[in-house]
Amino acid sequence: MKVPISWLEEYVPITVPLDDLAHRLTMAGTEVDSIDTTGSYEGVVVGLAKEVSPHPNADRLRLVQVMTGDEMLEVVCGAPNVAAGQKIAFAPIGTVLTDAYTGEERKLRRSKIRGVTSNGMVCSERELGMSDEHEGILVLPEDAPIGTSLNEYLGETVLDLDLTPNRPDCLAVMGVAREVAALTGETATPPPIDYPEDGPDISSLAKVEIEDPDLCRRYTATLIQGVKIGPSPDWLADRLRAIGERPINNVVDVTNYVMFEMGQPLHSFDFDELSEGRVVVRRALPGETLLTLDGETRELTPDNLMIADAGRPIGLGGVIGGTESGITDGTKSVLLEAANFDGSNNRRTANGFDIRTEATLRFEKGLRPELAEYGVRRATKMILELAGGTVASGMIDEWPGRDGAIQPVVLPADAIECLLGVSYEPGVVMTTLESLGMEVVSRDGAYTVTPPYWRPDIAIPEDLIEELARVIGYEMIPTTGITGSVPEWEPSPGRDLRERIKDILSGFGMQETISYSLTTPEAEKRARPPEHGLEPLRVLHPLSAEHATLRTTLRHSILAVLARNARTWRGPLRMFESGRVYLDGGEGVGLPHEPEKFVGVVAGPRSEIAWMSGEPESSDFYDAKGIVESLLAEFGVTAGFVPANETTFEPGRCARVVIPSAGRAEIGVIGEVTSDVLSAFDIETAPVAMFELDVEAISRLPELQTLGQQDYRPFGRFPDSARDLALMIDEGVPAADVLALAERNRLVVSATVFDVYQGDAIPAGKKSLAVRVVYQAADRTLTADELIKAENSILRALEHNFGAELRAR
Amino acid sequence: MADSVNSTTGDGAEPSPDDRIAAVRDGALAALAALSAAETADGLQEWRNRYIGRSGEVTLLLRSVGSLPPEQRAGFGQGANRLKNELEAAFDQREAEISATTGPVGAIDVSLPGRTPAKGRLHPITQTIREITDAFAAMGFQTFEGPEVELERYNFDAMNIPSDHPAREMFDTFWLDRVDEEGDRSILLRTHTSPMQARIMETHEPPIRVVVPGRCYRYEATDASHDWHFNQVEVMAVDENITFADLKGTLYEFARRVFGPERKVRFRCDFFPFVEPGVDLAIDCFNCDGDPACRICRGSGWLEILGAGMVHPRVLRYSGYDPERYTGFAAGMGVERVAMLKHGIDDIRHFYTNDMRFLSQF
Repeated sequence: MKVPISWLEEYVPITVPLDDLAHRLTMAGTEVDSIDTTGSYEGVVVGLAKEVSPHPNADRLRLVQVMTGDEMLEVVCGAPNVAAGQKIAFAPIGTVLTDAYTGEERKLRRSKIRGVTSNGMVCSERELGMSDEHEGILVLPEDAPIGTSLNEYLGETVLDLDLTPNRPDCLAVMGVAREVAALTGETATPPPIDYPEDGPDISSLAKVEIEDPDLCRRYTATLIQGVKIGPSPDWLADRLRAIGERPINNVVDVTNYVMFEMGQPLHSFDFDELSEGRVVVRRALPGETLLTLDGETRELTPDNLMIADAGRPIGLGGVIGGTESGITDGTKSVLLEAANFDGSNNRRTANGFDIRTEATLRFEKGLRPELAEYGVRRATKMILELAGGTVASGMIDEWPGRDGAIQPVVLPADAIECLLGVSYEPGVVMTTLESLGMEVVSRDGAYTVTPPYWRPDIAIPEDLIEELARVIGYEMIPTTGITGSVPEWEPSPGRDLRERIKDILSGFGMQETISYSLTTPEAEKRARPPEHGLEPLRVLHPLSAEHATLRTTLRHSILAVLARNARTWRGPLRMFESGRVYLDGGEGVGLPHEPEKFVGVVAGPRSEIAWMSGEPESSDFYDAKGIVESLLAEFGVTAGFVPANETTFEPGRCARVVIPSAGRAEIGVIGEVTSDVLSAFDIETAPVAMFELDVEAISRLPELQTLGQQDYRPFGRFPDSARDLALMIDEGVPAADVLALAERNRLVVSATVFDVYQGDAIPAGKKSLAVRVVYQAADRTLTADELIKAENSILRALEHNFGAELRAR
Repeated sequence: MADSVNSTTGDGAEPSPDDRIAAVRDGALAALAALSAAETADGLQEWRNRYIGRSGEVTLLLRSVGSLPPEQRAGFGQGANRLKNELEAAFDQREAEISATTGPVGAIDVSLPGRTPAKGRLHPITQTIREITDAFAAMGFQTFEGPEVELERYNFDAMNIPSDHPAREMFDTFWLDRVDEEGDRSILLRTHTSPMQARIMETHEPPIRVVVPGRCYRYEATDASHDWHFNQVEVMAVDENITFADLKGTLYEFARRVFGPERKVRFRCDFFPFVEPGVDLAIDCFNCDGDPACRICRGSGWLEILGAGMVHPRVLRYSGYDPERYTGFAAGMGVERVAMLKHGIDDIRHFYTNDMRFLSQF
């Protein structure tokens, strides 16, 4: 909402500096987005063309002696209309002007024109950026004060307000004036609404019937006969332009002007076009159509409230008028409507037809019916003054719900302190509420407050408390701490686990990333995740084609992040994302399931380049696996990795992560991403190892139930011994099986592979495993003999189970 | 070497004991002085071994005392000991001189980079959410989370935003192609974390003090300070006797903890359908000094970081709380906004572009 200061000043004196006023309005809820000046004539001043004489060397140029107040300057001017005694717009040297021919901005320099120095310029409208007119100079009114800046003289200072939807009153200059009055201790005076009613009785000429009073609470109308349609006077046209409206003609401009002045939308009909002089307010019939003022033919339904005459639709109530009954240059009689339409219905109709009018902007907020009468009277008075004619006596006033008067709100005095934590003196409460136009009666510890008709938002005691707090000032309310008891603590294991995993993964050198949760099925498929058979949840009106469905996997998200960084980031590429996927439970089942997932990628160099190790090797499957193993180890969980096949991953380089301690529950998958998937993402770095983990599945593991409370296990007090074995074994035997078998020996604490070798000296189909076995007993130091015996027993088991041969020990 | 000393002492032309000492001394000092800085590490050590080491020449002189006639032993011994002390002092001095120019023996290049442990960071949004929830946790607020796909009932109706209400304009919504359990109203992507107010009140008795972080979605065009996808933290306290003054005190404390005491804070009246009175909490712009062209605050000098207010009685009643008995306050803040303020980030779109060159800075 734009409010020109000069307009505002018609209703309230502005007694504080503008910045201060803007601050007060903003603090009290009417945010001043900016203080703008219309027009920009920086440097240009009002001058007097004191003398005009011919240029000595050019027939078409004149020399003008310009008086700017304190000095007289000689200027060369080519305009044919310049004459002595005119008030003109003078631009001194240095002013930035629009070039009259090129349209570009340039700085005015002192120059000689045909031998005479010109000390500035007498401007045309085009040079001032006002219009394209550049044939002659702009001649200002005679009373323009010499020396005044043109900005001050012509420009309008406008408050640009960012309004909240609860305050339709501030969608009117008068409403803003009332707000200014309350905040500065002034009084706002509404504009006059009286006029002579010299015509015949309106009821003998026109008739209004409201058939659907639920959608139209009140309909007021006046009739002005013998009007002369023409352009509005400059002051009115300028004001409309200042708030961004286009002037049309005097009658239409008045209806617009009064809407912005009083907040009541109005509509004017060409009375002679109304069949039988009747207006019927009713729901549209199925199939009825209306050609609206914007040139569209609208097909109406009974949900739309229509204004009709005796025979046909003439307007969409409170949204937009029809063309056939609109004001034209030939209009002689104007029926002026100010009605009160139901906000919700009005909003639905406007949204349904995708029409956003200033009228709907006001009606949808629920105006009071009392406002209609003020609006129609104000506009009638102005039409009479600007378009002439005679006003029919009386006013049509259909108000079926008249008894629904404004209900007072009872505000118990102690409710104020109860809600705000501060109390106000009764006198302060009374004057503050009264300054907002409320009627206040204080009795028996309560205030009975009747809000004014322009404040439909005041309905409950809390509304009044806010009025008090904001007008007196939020800064006057103390700051205290909550004094009540602290609520009982509730565990949130899922969230705690997720955050802990984030900490652990970042501690392992992985960067957390966060991607949009809206995507497309095509983008998801690029990562070739397993089919889940669920339809993704789709956004009805996506903002862009790439963000149309809720993701059902995170794999494409992290690969896209990898793709983005692979070319620009030289270090290790290790990233993870923690986020939800959205799985539809099916129609009628309710909200979708939103399980938390982790996905991570490991690619690029294993470490930063360094002087002690030279160019680092590429990361691979085992880097990712180590991260997953170590992550689970933080929770005391030992994972198993079972060969698996998934379309995202290279065959033979993928494993399901299962937990032996939990009945081999599957908690995720890990593998090297296929080259097809990588090229679908335009990733040239390879290999790329990826893992995906299910937070819910991890949270259900038995180790997680006792996390932080696991029993202490005594560690061996006697020294351990490490012995190495080199084994030759079929290459298909998983190393993990060898280790597990070794660890089954009761003296073995741990078994670790420290070398895997195939090649010279190892027959095809075989591999050599070097294993370090650590032995320890709880109650003694093991003897050499015992160690050998244990080792031999392990070797026998390995030979028996896997055909393992000892190469060296 | 002991043998060779013995063999020389066995020769006929025998130098006097004093001459022997003088000869060792001259040779040692000359050698010491001749050691150039470049040779220090090994050269000094060599010299030390040769003259004053365990089988060095001075040591041998001392050991040969026993082979001298008894009357010479005392004088020779003292002379050899003096030489030993003198040479040790000379060694120390020379070593110090050399150290002064080349550094200590065995020095390494401490400017070479160390072996880097793997580096990983949490996303700035995660870090900011934790900062916010931690600040409130210190004031007794517990963290809850809720669904991102939400029912219209919780997102709007329970929050005192009925259908056809113009306040819905404040929350441009992504609707989904699914309907709710009753089968008549579309489900949606929550436009704010506020629906959790109702969900928590439905399942908990007062007192309530909660913070709810999470992703939210609004159907609006993206620019430097708005994204259609963002994170909010909802704050709510409901109990008997909770006042607007408590709201101010709690949010002041939050702002102090998260932004530091130097940042200016402003409470002004604002409207949100689910609170009454309503509050806008703003913090002074980090980017400009009131520059009207500032692309962050657009010249206002203030950045709104949260909307708040006293929980609207209709919101309390909707969730089964008696507004005559209970009052409360609620606040909702944009996490990206807070992170941008804290780090001087000038474009919200950086957060979800996931460029390592951005993320690795936090």
